[in-house]
Amino acid sequence: MNQLTAILEGIGSTVQLLFRAASYTPTLWRQRARFIEQCFLIGYTTLPIVAILSFFIGSVLALQAGYSMSNFGAKQFIGSLVGLSMARELGPVMAAILLAGRVGSAIAAELASMKVYQEIDALETMDIPPARMLVLPRLAAVLVMMPVLAIIADLVGWFGGALISKYTQSIAIEPEAYFSVLRRFMEFKDVLNGLIKAEVFGFAIVLVSCNIGLSTRGGPREIGAAVTKAVVTSLIMILVLDYFVTKALMHLQS
Amino acid sequence: MTRHPTRNPFTHSETAAVGVSVEGLSKSFGRFEVLKNITFAVPPGEIFVLMGPSGSGKSVLLKQIVGLERPSAGRVTVDGRDAASETTRGQVRMALVFQSGALFNSLSVYDNLALYPREHQIADEAAIREKVMRALQILSLEGTANQSPSELSGGMKKRVAIARGLVMEPQLMLYDEPTSELDPVMSATIAEIIATLKEEYHVTSIVVSHDRELALGIADRVGILMGGELVSLGTPAELRNPPDPRVAEFLNPKIDLQHPRFKKLET
Ligand SMILES: Nc1ncnc2c1ncn2[C@@H]1O[C@H](COP(=O)(O)OP(=O)(O)O)[C@@H](O)[C@H]1O
Ligand SMILES: [Mg+2]
Repeated sequence: MNQLTAILEGIGSTVQLLFRAASYTPTLWRQRARFIEQCFLIGYTTLPIVAILSFFIGSVLALQAGYSMSNFGAKQFIGSLVGLSMARELGPVMAAILLAGRVGSAIAAELASMKVYQEIDALETMDIPPARMLVLPRLAAVLVMMPVLAIIADLVGWFGGALISKYTQSIAIEPEAYFSVLRRFMEFKDVLNGLIKAEVFGFAIVLVSCNIGLSTRGGPREIGAAVTKAVVTSLIMILVLDYFVTKALMHLQS
Repeated sequence: MTRHPTRNPFTHSETAAVGVSVEGLSKSFGRFEVLKNITFAVPPGEIFVLMGPSGSGKSVLLKQIVGLERPSAGRVTVDGRDAASETTRGQVRMALVFQSGALFNSLSVYDNLALYPREHQIADEAAIREKVMRALQILSLEGTANQSPSELSGGMKKRVAIARGLVMEPQLMLYDEPTSELDPVMSATIAEIIATLKEEYHVTSIVVSHDRELALGIADRVGILMGGELVSLGTPAELRNPPDPRVAEFLNPKIDLQHPRFKKLET
């Protein structure tokens, strides 16, 4: 029962924070320095690891596809399988999971420590709303950066798949063939689909991490707890949202 | 006491002083009642010093006045407006110097001071620079402008926090133990700043302090908080002979007016 009220309270305060931050959108232009700083932060903490992991995800997809599809002589379609899986599902989900680990945790830690050391209280007495100064630039930044991360994940994943398909003896498909199949069976809407998902995940991760950081109570020990909570909540949210967003997008497009 | 009114950069126009009124205020955390039915009023322009043993609820009381926490019972008003309401902060400029300083650790000392005028778009960068540098100068902090708060000593942090409050040009300034980590000269400077703000700019000040010299030197009235109750309220002169034995003991654990400890220390 307590758990349930805590969850409902969390959802309530998150929605409230969203509306507050959104109401300050007109101040975004004069906060552009903060916005750009957050874009860079998201970029350089997350991009390299997104690239590395997507490469391996694309590679392993090609390996598995080669293994199962060659059973019924369909291995020339590997390109479409890797391409669609990356674009529609794994690119955005990987990018979101890494965002949760690198950016969500950092946001929760920073805001929780500001809360615990009364910096948030100081902002409030100065009539500077934390939702304006701390939350809005981060939300705007993730909206801009998330599609970039997802596209890079897609491209690197496709490339990894192509490389493995060429150099694995049991598959041995030339990149030209791989990419032509990939292009033939994939439409722009598949990529767009993935980008929309990435956008939803990224936004939710940053919003929830901000709210968890700002709701921290108590001493320095709570900073660590806030980080854990932000990451765990983000991961659960990614998987739950993934189902519903996928479903909704399929519904919209049919 | 010497004052340097010409050096005071804080307010260029006459600020309307604001009064604070605390009526039947109680505050509990869970079952623990920290503040018990406190009533007092601070008229506009007064220097009100709040003393009391640590843990008696002084910091909690200050947070109630700036509206960071809601009262469990009773009411606090600032300039007639409910302190707990969010709009009050937009209407009354209040600065609280936190006991720990509460400096923004990710910003340099300069940016800590410049944040308020920048966010409220009060002045252009050149004017902000002037204000900030003057506030730093008054507290002998010019050298720290580009340092990060984590590089400063406790006393320096406190002075930066006071400087940050001054830059806000507040109508109501609250200090939580402003001199607790400062040397005597710096403590005297803080006392002078508080008194100058009152004399020249009618700033209302509420000062939590254990510093008897500061209390007796600049306070208009002194309140003493013990165990969450306001056990004494009066002028500094009245405090020299408190009727309440608890207050007498708190102020003078061993009364020896002929040879006060602080005088022995000075020589
Ligand atoms: N947020 C809080 N939750 C629970 N107890 C608190 C909280 N804030 C203060 N207290 C308690 O209230 C009492 C008074 O604290 P405080 O006002 O900080 O004392 P001081 O007079 O030294 O400033 C202390 O016993 C403290 O433990
Ligand atoms: Mg205190």
